[in-house]
Amino acid sequence: MSNFWIAVIGSSALAFTIKVLGASVPESVLSHPRILRINNLIPVALLTALVAVNTFADKTKLVLDNRALGMAAAIALLIAKAPFPVVVVGAALTSALAYRYF
Amino acid sequence: MSVKRDSFSVSITVGAYGSAFGAAAVAAHFSVLQACLLSLLLFSGASQFAVVGVIAAGGTPINAIATSTLLGTRNGLYGLRLAPLLKLRGWRRIIAAQITIDESTGVALAQNNEADMRKGFWFTGFGVFLFWNLFTLAGALGAQAIGDPSAWGLDAAVPAAFLGLLWPRLSDRKAWVLAGFAIVLALTLTPIVPAGIPIISCTLLAIIIGWRK
Repeated sequence: MSNFWIAVIGSSALAFTIKVLGASVPESVLSHPRILRINNLIPVALLTALVAVNTFADKTKLVLDNRALGMAAAIALLIAKAPFPVVVVGAALTSALAYRYF
Repeated sequence: MSVKRDSFSVSITVGAYGSAFGAAAVAAHFSVLQACLLSLLLFSGASQFAVVGVIAAGGTPINAIATSTLLGTRNGLYGLRLAPLLKLRGWRRIIAAQITIDESTGVALAQNNEADMRKGFWFTGFGVFLFWNLFTLAGALGAQAIGDPSAWGLDAAVPAAFLGLLWPRLSDRKAWVLAGFAIVLALTLTPIVPAGIPIISCTLLAIIIGWRK
């Protein structure tokens, strides 16, 4: 089985397990304030790392390329309160132009 | 009435974003079928992008699964919060679990009586599910048709998507501090450890910063 299939099936199975567990266990088990605080911060940590790595890494090398310009555009659009799809398309367009002309 | 309107506008806006996922998945060399299965079975935006993002960055499948699963833990907590409200048993509880995500929970909790909360949950859950899957297919087919992902900026669409998901979560100083440390840690580790590890290592930062109030 290819790596892609392992990732697809494994992540889907675990995601579903978590959803069903959440709907089935008694509320007191996971409602400790510390657990809730950490759980709110985990997406911030992982999403930030994903932004950084997908912008500046090429496998295990750090690089500065067209994607960085795309991200600069994304940040500008987010600060200007642009809607989600505009942010993604704006970043893609900027990056594509940089890729073509630099 | 306004519950249905809320549910619909959230469903179509968030659903349309599924096209970015479909395109990103295909750009990272997932097949159209695999992209669609992730939307049908995993059905949680940030986790789906994480699977694609980690594999695109050269990480192992185990790493992709772990990162995606950690991002999905919040859905379990949503389920916990919603269970006393939905009061479901058997197969209905399983269906509800699959559509327990940011949006269905958000719309449900924004209503001010229990009947509307239940309506908000089901309409938004099914609505996002429908549009997210349709747009995933469209995005995946579109990306497959256009060839070189870099020429179309799809390599930047992935981090931009993560940034779009991250932005509303940067609501207080603690989140900004955490984000700053996460950038430094992830990029410092990138040349030293195998791909994928720098991302998941940042979970430790969340635990350290979230430990104290």
